[in-house]
Amino acid sequence: MLTDNDLQAIGLTVRLAGLTTLILFLIGTPIAWWLARSRSAWKGAIGAIVALPLVLPPSVLGFYLLLAMGPQGPVGQFTQALGIGTLPFTFWGLVIASVFYSLPFMVQPLQGAFEAIGDRPLEVAATLRASPVDCFFSVVLPLAKPGFITAGILSFAHTVGEFGVVLMIGGNIPGLTRVASVQIYDHVEAMEYGDAHRLAAVMLVFSFLVLLALYTRRPATDQAI
Amino acid sequence: MSTLDIRCRLDWPGFTLDVDLHLPGHGITALFGHSGSGKTSLLRCIAGLEKPTHGRLVVKGQIWQDDQTWRPPHQRPMGYVFQEASLFPHLDVLGNLRYGQKRSASASRVALEQAIELLGIGHLLQRRPATLSGGERQRVGIARALAVGPEILLMDEPLAALDLQRKQEILPYLERLHDELDIPLLYVSHAPDEVARLADHLVVLDGGRVMADGPLGATLARLDLPIRLGEDVGVVLDATVGEVDGEWHLARVDFAGGSLWTRDRGLPAGQAVRVRVLARDVSLAVDAPAASSIQNVLHGVIESLADDDHPGLLLVRIQVGASLLIARLTRRSATQLDCHTGQAVYVQVKSVALME
Repeated sequence: MLTDNDLQAIGLTVRLAGLTTLILFLIGTPIAWWLARSRSAWKGAIGAIVALPLVLPPSVLGFYLLLAMGPQGPVGQFTQALGIGTLPFTFWGLVIASVFYSLPFMVQPLQGAFEAIGDRPLEVAATLRASPVDCFFSVVLPLAKPGFITAGILSFAHTVGEFGVVLMIGGNIPGLTRVASVQIYDHVEAMEYGDAHRLAAVMLVFSFLVLLALYTRRPATDQAI
Repeated sequence: MSTLDIRCRLDWPGFTLDVDLHLPGHGITALFGHSGSGKTSLLRCIAGLEKPTHGRLVVKGQIWQDDQTWRPPHQRPMGYVFQEASLFPHLDVLGNLRYGQKRSASASRVALEQAIELLGIGHLLQRRPATLSGGERQRVGIARALAVGPEILLMDEPLAALDLQRKQEILPYLERLHDELDIPLLYVSHAPDEVARLADHLVVLDGGRVMADGPLGATLARLDLPIRLGEDVGVVLDATVGEVDGEWHLARVDFAGGSLWTRDRGLPAGQAVRVRVLARDVSLAVDAPAASSIQNVLHGVIESLADDDHPGLLLVRIQVGASLLIARLTRRSATQLDCHTGQAVYVQVKSVALME
């Protein structure tokens, strides 16, 4: 069946996608909340920047991240000053790149979920003595739960399917940056079509199951009444 | 004793709310006006859901807002009932009731139980909001606002989203609130019948300004209000049930200045009631009416006359003992009767609405 290298690549992919999704929950939620609630003139610009990875070729995103995190880039200088070297061709470099790459897949479903809640439940919570933070955890989170599930699934799956950014930032280091999509590329390059088939089938089945889960999930009926 | 001082100015494009009110600290005060009059905006300013451009808000000696102070809504000891019940769909009825109660220092277990009892929702506690009828939801919404142990209850047209039958279902509960609560209640409404039935004090708003402000009876009896109630012009009299005539199923209600017979509603003698007499149901005669189907005939003196909305109509205010009634007459019949201030007339009342 799958070779040890394949399994290693799959394990690395899952770890990368899991960590990325976790980080995205933490930074995507406030961004989505701000985009959903703010009336600032900057809203359009910030929304466009968040959506950029949807349309940008992954190689372009990877290129800029590589420059930023490289020895001459601002991020690279900073990380070197901290004494942790530079991030390209490391696992954490991949994580940071994936966070940018999958940001819209976290922010947009969350923003939609927050907007669908509207003002009223927040006002009700305020009249029932809930502070804004309390209200977020006791009302917004439960009401936006379907949005959080969708955003988490999409971010995870999208990170699993990442290829171009990984090649630009991470290269192809076994056990460190060689994720499943790159492993398939290697198999094909080496004419190992059998191995490529098996791993590709795993990815296909995984992607299908994710989308199946998304599309058959009970639609959210919890609207404020 | 005025315990609600409300000064509030709100500037929005195309709309300015500018009020300065001193309201009683007990009973139900109705904020009445057509849509766009600013009544809901005023209530939201009091709750802190809107931030007025300038404002000073003192409730029972506590400053909720002035030039230095701004208490956010969650720090104001109020209860708020929205037009739609707006229950939290992710919580059951009890969870909704306990949401505010848990977070309020002034709430007690007793306040929650009282609210459940007062609104008659004890059998609904485990239900999800989606499974409740519109009337039940609104009762839960009111109980939820009461369960925080508020010092003032603000209600924004709690019946407006309901059909007539649901309204009739909730009105008795609102009357119970009126009788049993000792906190002031501000009630926004555009429905004259609700106001006549529930309010003690009436504030009439139009175009963001206060047109009238005073006790219900005296304010409704004013002829000079620029905001017209149309078919609903009339007065509300405080009365008591004096006698019940079982044979004819009628009850006599006595008010300051006379008595009226009305359908018996099963109320015992001695019960305090409100009687609403609409101007369109009152007619005048100069001579004692001969045989007539109208049994309620009172003696009165014309106190003043005023134009009505329609050029063919007049409103006539009649002093009957210590009370005032309003009659709507055609201008022609008023001329033929030679109606003038100080004239003694017989007042015929065709029908009255009895409210507990």
